[in-house]
Parts: sequence; structure tokens; C-alpha cells
Amino acid sequence: MIVIKSPQGLHARPAEMFARTAAEFSATIEVIKGEQRVDAKSILHLLTLGATEGTELVIEACGDDAQAAAEALVNLAEHELANEVSNENK
Amino acid sequence: MQRLQGIGVSPGVAIGEAIVIGQEGFRIPRRFVARDAVENELERLAHAIDSAASEVDRNRERVSEQLGDQYAAIFSAHLQMLRDPRLRGELEELIRQRHYSPEYAISRALRRYAKVFQTLEGGFLSERASDIFDIEKRLLRHLLGKEREELAEITSPVVVLAHELTPSETANLNANFVLGFVTEIGGLGSHTAIVAEGLGIPAVLGLGSFLTDVSGGDTVIIDGDHGQVILNPTDETLARYQQEVEDHRTAAERLEEIRELPAETTDGQRIQLLANIEFPAEVEHCGRRGGDGIGLYRTEFLYLGAQEEPTEEDHYQAYAQVLQAMPDKPVVIRTLDLGADKIPGHGVRDYERNPFLGLRSIRLSLANNNLFRTQLRAIMRASTKGNPRIMFPMVSTVMELRQAKSLLADAMEDLEEEGIEFNENVPVGMMVEVPAAVILLDRFIEEVDFVSIGTNDLVQFTLAVDRSNHNVAHLYTSADPAVLRLIKQAVDVADSRGVPVSLCGQMSGNPRYTMLLLGLGLRSLSVTPSAIPEIKRVCRAVSLEQCQAVANHALSLDSARDVKTLLNEEIGKIIPDLPL
Repeated sequence: MIVIKSPQGLHARPAEMFARTAAEFSATIEVIKGEQRVDAKSILHLLTLGATEGTELVIEACGDDAQAAAEALVNLAEHELANEVSNENK
Repeated sequence: MQRLQGIGVSPGVAIGEAIVIGQEGFRIPRRFVARDAVENELERLAHAIDSAASEVDRNRERVSEQLGDQYAAIFSAHLQMLRDPRLRGELEELIRQRHYSPEYAISRALRRYAKVFQTLEGGFLSERASDIFDIEKRLLRHLLGKEREELAEITSPVVVLAHELTPSETANLNANFVLGFVTEIGGLGSHTAIVAEGLGIPAVLGLGSFLTDVSGGDTVIIDGDHGQVILNPTDETLARYQQEVEDHRTAAERLEEIRELPAETTDGQRIQLLANIEFPAEVEHCGRRGGDGIGLYRTEFLYLGAQEEPTEEDHYQAYAQVLQAMPDKPVVIRTLDLGADKIPGHGVRDYERNPFLGLRSIRLSLANNNLFRTQLRAIMRASTKGNPRIMFPMVSTVMELRQAKSLLADAMEDLEEEGIEFNENVPVGMMVEVPAAVILLDRFIEEVDFVSIGTNDLVQFTLAVDRSNHNVAHLYTSADPAVLRLIKQAVDVADSRGVPVSLCGQMSGNPRYTMLLLGLGLRSLSVTPSAIPEIKRVCRAVSLEQCQAVANHALSLDSARDVKTLLNEEIGKIIPDLPL
């Protein structure tokens, strides 16, 4: 679970970095906000989440390098955005 | 389906395929592709995405080198969007499953994202919508090459949607294929509105931002009567409007029946009904409406929106086109009626505080002999193609009139020396729109073959009201008793000398004024083409005696308001269903 800390939310630059990082892994990675689920490798879909400051997002990864993927993304979020961190993976 | 509200500026209903004119004017050439072309189109898509991505990447590198990574970040985001796997998947599906062309697929898919970004709460992503449009344009450019279809090259019936339409764009519309238009800005009185009305096609303006909701090729319904635009209608709505189009056609047919009939009063007085036009394209519309000719051919469009002053050949082509379209009917060509600020390359050096009273129209022509000469020569060269007349605008002194005629004589002499054929007997007339012209008409009348009363400017000058000044615009009215007296005076003078007199202001096309004008003695009216059937209908339903009674009554009143009340009452007896 990550919390978006940046006042501008998950806007273009972080979304871009997020998608780019996710693309490095073969696992299927999804980002969940409430009822919405989007592909973490798609910058456009990430943007449609409209994640503003304080939004909670859950990262779900599934596949060979799922663990590594989740860790990388959480790390990224930590540097850019997050405060409190935990993660879930299958 | 989406229903949007704007300002209906030209009546009627149009149903058609949209062509969206964006800032770069890219048109989606086709919506769908054949099944066996799908693989090919997918390849085109892939290729376009690759070239667009390389282009963006190069930009990113360059900017990054010169300005640093933060500035290059936007290109990184664009690159990521272009390479977005979900987007790619969506596009491929649209092409594979629905047989969309890559262009149409890109437009549909991207606009959907743009819409989402625009409507997200907080509006913090609305700027990302412009990124989407940027990408759309880039991809379309890579797909279509440098081709940008000009409006003039449309070859199938379309509905034109745009942020705005400039005078030159509207002038270049192929009236045969444009079923109607819609713009985001603009309103009544704007140039686009005037053209739409002139062409007799439905138009809705001032819709506000809506271009993100529509792609080239979508089905659009324009309801000019109610100012509504419907995007991608349901079958039910479509059927309902198709019925309305049918109904309009039947109503138009009924008015069509009048087309062949003369505008004759019940007591046998034939009234000449002419048309006011701006563009050569409108001539056909006049023919369809059954007018007796062109009472006012405004030549300003040749200058408006042009980069350079039109050449003699440009003038000639426009005049010849109109004259050839109706060779047996009179066509009155009015010389340039603009201020210097609208002529490319002729801006006045000093700012004019009172442009209406400034260097414009005939004064401008007389102060710029070359400009005037070019126009006069072109008119005379075209004079063999039909039945033209020349008319000078805003004449205020007899000297001006003589000077203008003298320049015309010079132009004719030159043509003769050059061995170029022209009609030596083109009638020459003037607009009566400056009060001085009415007051001294008995002197002017000796030197012209005909006159036309231009009430639009006559009202302004007589009542000293600037109709574009919203503080006083309410004072501007053609129904003012002072104006009526001037009209009567002008008609009386012209009649006493047997010189033909016509009226070509906006009031001539308003059926409420018809009885009044006939009663004041006018036997020739020049109106906007779409009004011809209605005015004819009034003429055929009244007697001169009735009209004279109305006119006398109106002349006895002392306020415009009373005059309007009288006219509304009288027209109500003739055409009960006239909308107020």
C-alpha cells in the first residue's frame, strides 16, 4: 500500500516514471484505487485514476519477478510520494 | 449520444458526417477499412507510432541537452504515452474488430482519454488533455504525411465542426457539400452566421468547448431552429430528425411552388425582388429561390481575410462567375465598401477615431486610384458575360460621384486602347445611404442611371447611432419615423425623374416592412436570398391600396415603437403564423 504524498498527486511525471519502472518487469502489475484497477505499465491508465494527494493505492504484482517489481515500485513511491509503506504480493 | 446547446444562427436541420477542423486542420479521410486491408493498416499504425516516438525522443534529447532533464520531462511523458501498451492494444482492437481506420481509431481512443482527463475532479489533469491532443496531431501527421485536406476539396456531404471559421475559410467552402456548420465560438451577427444564412444552411455557433467529444466521421445532427447539436444520435433520435428534415423539405417545396410565380400584388403591380450576395457561391441559391436578379453584390469578400490585395484577375474571376450564372438578369456590383484597415497593405497611418465617418468606401477608392482602377477594369472586362450594373457606395457629394464616373470613363478608355472587349452601356448608379444624398437627391439623380437606398447605414447616420455600441444599440431601428420620411423623400425624387429606385438594407428582407415599403412607393427590393419566398408571399397577398394605407398611417406616427406595433398588427392579418 502506498500513499500519494505529493500535492500534485499522481500527475504526469511520477506516472511516467511509475509506468517506465513497471515496464522493466515481466510480471503483471496492477494498481488499485478503491474499485478501480489499472495496468501499472500504462501511463494513460494510471493517469485516469486521478490519484490526488493522500490517495491510497494498492500495488498487486503477479508473476516471476513479482516480488522485485513490487519492491521497485514501492521504493519509487517512497522517494517521490509515500510516507507509510507496506506491500502485498502474490 | 450527446445533446449540446448553442446559438442557432441559421435555421433548418442537417444530418451528416462530421469533419472536424482543428488548429491544424487535419481531416480524418475515412472511418473504416476493408477487412482484407486490416493487416496493412495495422502496419501503418505501427510505423506511425514508431516514427512519432523517434521524433519525440529526438526532441527530448535535444531539450535535455540544452535545458536539462526537468524540461525534457514532458517529452518523456509523451513518449511513454505513445508507447503505452494499453493504448496500443485498444487501437489494434478497434482496427481488427471494428475495422476502424488507424486515423479514426487514434482520434476516438485518444479523445476518450482527453475527455476523462478534462472531467476528473479537481481539474488538475485538464492540462494533460492538451498533451493528448498533441499526440493525436502528431500521430495523424505521421499517418497522413503532410496532407492536410483543404475545406475547398471536400467531395462528399459533410457537417463542418470547428473552433471557429475564418472569413477565408467560409469563403472557400464548397456549398454543394457542406450541409451545415457548428463552431465553439461566435454568435448572431458573426461572419459565419451571415454566410450560413446566405447559403441557406443550418448553423449553430457559440457551442462552447465540445471538439473533444467528437471525431471526424461521427454522425452529427444540427438543429439550427433550436440551436442544438446532437453527437452520435441514437437510432430513435436519428429517425425523429430525419422526419424533421422531410417536413422541412415539404415546407420548402410549398414555398418552391411560389418560385415560378411573379411577385405581384393583388391589384396587378409587379414588384422586382432581387438578392443581396457576398460570395459567387450564393448565386445558385438565388436561382433556386426564384429572384429577379442581384440587387447588391458586395465585393468586400475579395479583400477580407486575404494576405495580399486581390489582383485584377481575382476580381474578374469572381464577377464573371456571378454574371455567367445569371446572364439574363441584372447584377448590381457595388464597388469596395470597406475601411482602409481591412485592406491588406493599406492600413491608415493615423488611428481613426470615427471609422464610420472616415476614409472608407468611395472615399478610400478615390484616394487610392490604383485600387479603384483595378476593380473598375475587372468589372468592365467581365461586363460582356452578363447584365451588370455598377454602384458606388456612401456617396455624399456630387463631386465624388463625378470623380468616380470619370475614373470609370478612364478605365473604359484604357480597355479600348488595349483592344479588350467590354460593354459600353453598363448602367451606373449610387447607394443612397448618407443623409446628404437624400436631401440633395434632385441634383444627384441627374447623373445616375439608378439608385439604391441602403437603410443599414442610413439609419445609423440619420439617428446618429452606432449599432455595434451596446449602450445605444437599442436606439437603432429602421422603423424610426425620421427614417421613413427620408425613404419616402428619396423615392419621390427618383420617381419624379423616372429613375429606378430600389432598397437594399436589412429591412427589405423583413416581411413586416414589406407593406410599408410598397406603400412608400418602392417597386424594387433587394433582400437576403432566403427571404425571397416569404417577401414574395406578402406581395402576392396584398393590394397597393392596402399598402398605401399602412404607409400613410405609419408616417403619421411619431415613435418607432408605435410604427412597429402597427406593422406587427398588419402583418399578422396576412401571415398569421409568422413567428414574432
